[in-house]
Amino acid sequence: MIAESGHYALVLALGLALIQSFVPLIGARLRDPALMNVARSTALAQLLFVGASFVALVTLHVTSDFSVANVYENSHSMKPLIYKITGVWGNHEGSMLLWVSILALFGGLVAAFGNNLPLSLRAHVLAVQAWVASAFYLFILITSNPFLRIANPPIEGRDLNPVLQDVGLAVHPPMLYLGYVGFSISFSFAVAALIEGRIDAAWARWVRPWTLVAWIFLTLGIAMGSYWAYYELGWGGWWFWDPVENASLMPWLAGTALLHSALVMEKRNALKVWTVLLSILTFSLSLLGTFLVRSGVLTSVHAFASDPTRGVFILLILCVFIGGSLSLYAARVSSLKQGGLFAPISREGALVLNNLFLTTACASVLVGTLYPLGLEVLSGEKISVGAPFFNLTFGPLFVPLLIAVPFGPMLAWKRGDLLGAAQRLLAAGILALLALALVWAWAHGGSALAPPAIALAVFVILGAVTDLVERVGMFRVPLGTALRRARGLPRSVWGTAFAHAGLGIALIGIVCETTWNSEYIGTMKPDDVAKVAGYELKLDGLFQRQGPNFREMIARFDVSRDGEALSVMTPSKRSFTTRSSSTTEAALLTRGASQLYISLGDVTAEGAIAVRIYHKPLVLLIWWGPVLMAFGGVLSLSDRRLRVGAPKPARAQQRLQPAE
Amino acid sequence: MTRKQRRMTIIGGSLAVLALAAALVLNALRDSIVFFSTPTMVAEKHIAPGKRFRLGGLVQPGSLQRGDNLAVTFEVADGSAKLPVAYKGILPDLFREGQGVVAEGALDASGVFKADTVLAKHDETYMPKDVADALKKQGHWKDDYGAKTSDGVKPAATTAQGNPQGAVR
Repeated sequence: MIAESGHYALVLALGLALIQSFVPLIGARLRDPALMNVARSTALAQLLFVGASFVALVTLHVTSDFSVANVYENSHSMKPLIYKITGVWGNHEGSMLLWVSILALFGGLVAAFGNNLPLSLRAHVLAVQAWVASAFYLFILITSNPFLRIANPPIEGRDLNPVLQDVGLAVHPPMLYLGYVGFSISFSFAVAALIEGRIDAAWARWVRPWTLVAWIFLTLGIAMGSYWAYYELGWGGWWFWDPVENASLMPWLAGTALLHSALVMEKRNALKVWTVLLSILTFSLSLLGTFLVRSGVLTSVHAFASDPTRGVFILLILCVFIGGSLSLYAARVSSLKQGGLFAPISREGALVLNNLFLTTACASVLVGTLYPLGLEVLSGEKISVGAPFFNLTFGPLFVPLLIAVPFGPMLAWKRGDLLGAAQRLLAAGILALLALALVWAWAHGGSALAPPAIALAVFVILGAVTDLVERVGMFRVPLGTALRRARGLPRSVWGTAFAHAGLGIALIGIVCETTWNSEYIGTMKPDDVAKVAGYELKLDGLFQRQGPNFREMIARFDVSRDGEALSVMTPSKRSFTTRSSSTTEAALLTRGASQLYISLGDVTAEGAIAVRIYHKPLVLLIWWGPVLMAFGGVLSLSDRRLRVGAPKPARAQQRLQPAE
Repeated sequence: MTRKQRRMTIIGGSLAVLALAAALVLNALRDSIVFFSTPTMVAEKHIAPGKRFRLGGLVQPGSLQRGDNLAVTFEVADGSAKLPVAYKGILPDLFREGQGVVAEGALDASGVFKADTVLAKHDETYMPKDVADALKKQGHWKDDYGAKTSDGVKPAATTAQGNPQGAVR
């Protein structure tokens, strides 16, 4: 019953989405407020029904109803409750349902909190949102129905892929989807603006908070995914330039560019045409990511060709939405009036530079991700484009961007003073050079690029601090006044500083981890001692343990440094009988921002075990950086300017009404 | 500056950055991509020692030998040819005889493939895509290898690395 109800609720949501796709548009054409308001009710009702459908699938998983194919294939009655719930989106059908649920959630939020939007704009936005939703409901119902029953229900399920049985699955996909799908709002706003042929600074002010919300989630989602891969896959890598990762990085890069260009549009009413294009491109990249991950094209171009229904369906969605919105853009863009002049050296100019580098870096990732696919389809030749490609393209493009980051906030709108900004950044620059010298003197071994990279990171961080110091006049006015001014600074200024500093902090982590990572790989018998980066790790022994749906072998290590016992680390190897597969659970010991990392290999015939021990200096900074960026985003989101909302259109006519 | 000059400055700057990016991409595509081969293709093409490539195939049953200090040797076969592979380090969880594998490295002078990275996928029914395609092309595909794709939301590849300096990072 529950499965059928869930299925039915999804069909009803499709019906509502179809109504929402057309009725508000007709209403906007006829200027009929009642018809335009249909969008609001249908968006909320859609959220209700998709929510019901999602809850139905969760219930099926929690109650282990193996008569449903999706539950049978991905669940097991002995699985802990949390993995029964997270297993809902650990498979294709369920994750698509999560995708549309989040899409409906954003639509519902616009409907519920968009009361200060002009009626026709809200109607258009929700209609566009419903087009996207309808396409994906159809996709799920036709090709990926999660509620299919099995004629002869088995008694036990096939269990979830062991690698996915981790808290990472509870956090990473929902966060990532909140980010991915959140960009649909800026897309809908852009298309609505093109349909209406009207766009102004107020539009940018409505779009910016939504973009910011999506960006915050995407930032956290990517960082979370990276940390998950780091501790789960067992060899200490945190970014693989895997196409699946690139698929999430590209919308992030475009979204970051969008955040900055929307700022120019909001403040100066310039770059309208570009901002609208960027909104469309950002969501297009999200759709592309969905296509890459969900169509199976990455697993095999041939598998894609032999069972093409899913892939072709998403490809069709991709073509219709990207092609359609870009054609609309081409047709209507001339009607958007150009505004706000600015000199090349100005805050606007700096933000244009930011956009230029971010989009170009994004394009290089796109080429690296799609080139192997294209080549294989065209010539049948198989290549792999890995880290070396991205280090050679993405890296050099990010360096000038990072150098420019501290200058941006220092320049005035309209016409900036580069020399003045450089003077104010002099202290930061000198300290960065000092850092360069120190790292150079202290470091032995490793890439010659590492010290300059750290100096660049220090420059970015100190640049962010300098901006705050300059704004409150620290060291020039009494401390009390400075602190009072600091409290009075707009939250968005703090947000900018935190986000930019986060960038520098992440860079320090990346450079230190890749350059001064030390490791020990070898076989160890009980009571053997391994020495890594000044730490002594003694293998105490091996133990067996029975988990809920796996058996695990645990190795116990006593960690000490200079004869002083620090801690015990227990990496393990789990074997899952249902899927006859095993996972390696690495053990982590955090010391400040650095970590010791142990993962296990196989046991040899003589009872020794292969181990891999890493010392990763400052590795945690890689993820603290993005967390700081997201925190900056939250601060910026809480800025008064955005909380109060966009200014209402002037009500000149009302004031002119004659008194009765 | 007139409006036109300002616009030209921005357009000129954009073109410069795009040209830079294009140059970087083309350069990187020439130097840093790695081709994929099967043992048969290696035998046919006479790949020069020292040139990096990816080798894919099935681990020949009975060929896995463990030496001292995590050194392992095994053979990768694709039905019509075999190639010995030497590797030092921990093999990924799903490395098994008779299963698909992809190794990255280069041939040495004696014709042994020195791998510094060995990849296998987490799902036991999974076959690395390059291997599956190559086997299908040569008619060695068996249905029971399973076409079930990995449904990992995260990268599903496990990697074992012996020599991190030379490995893909």
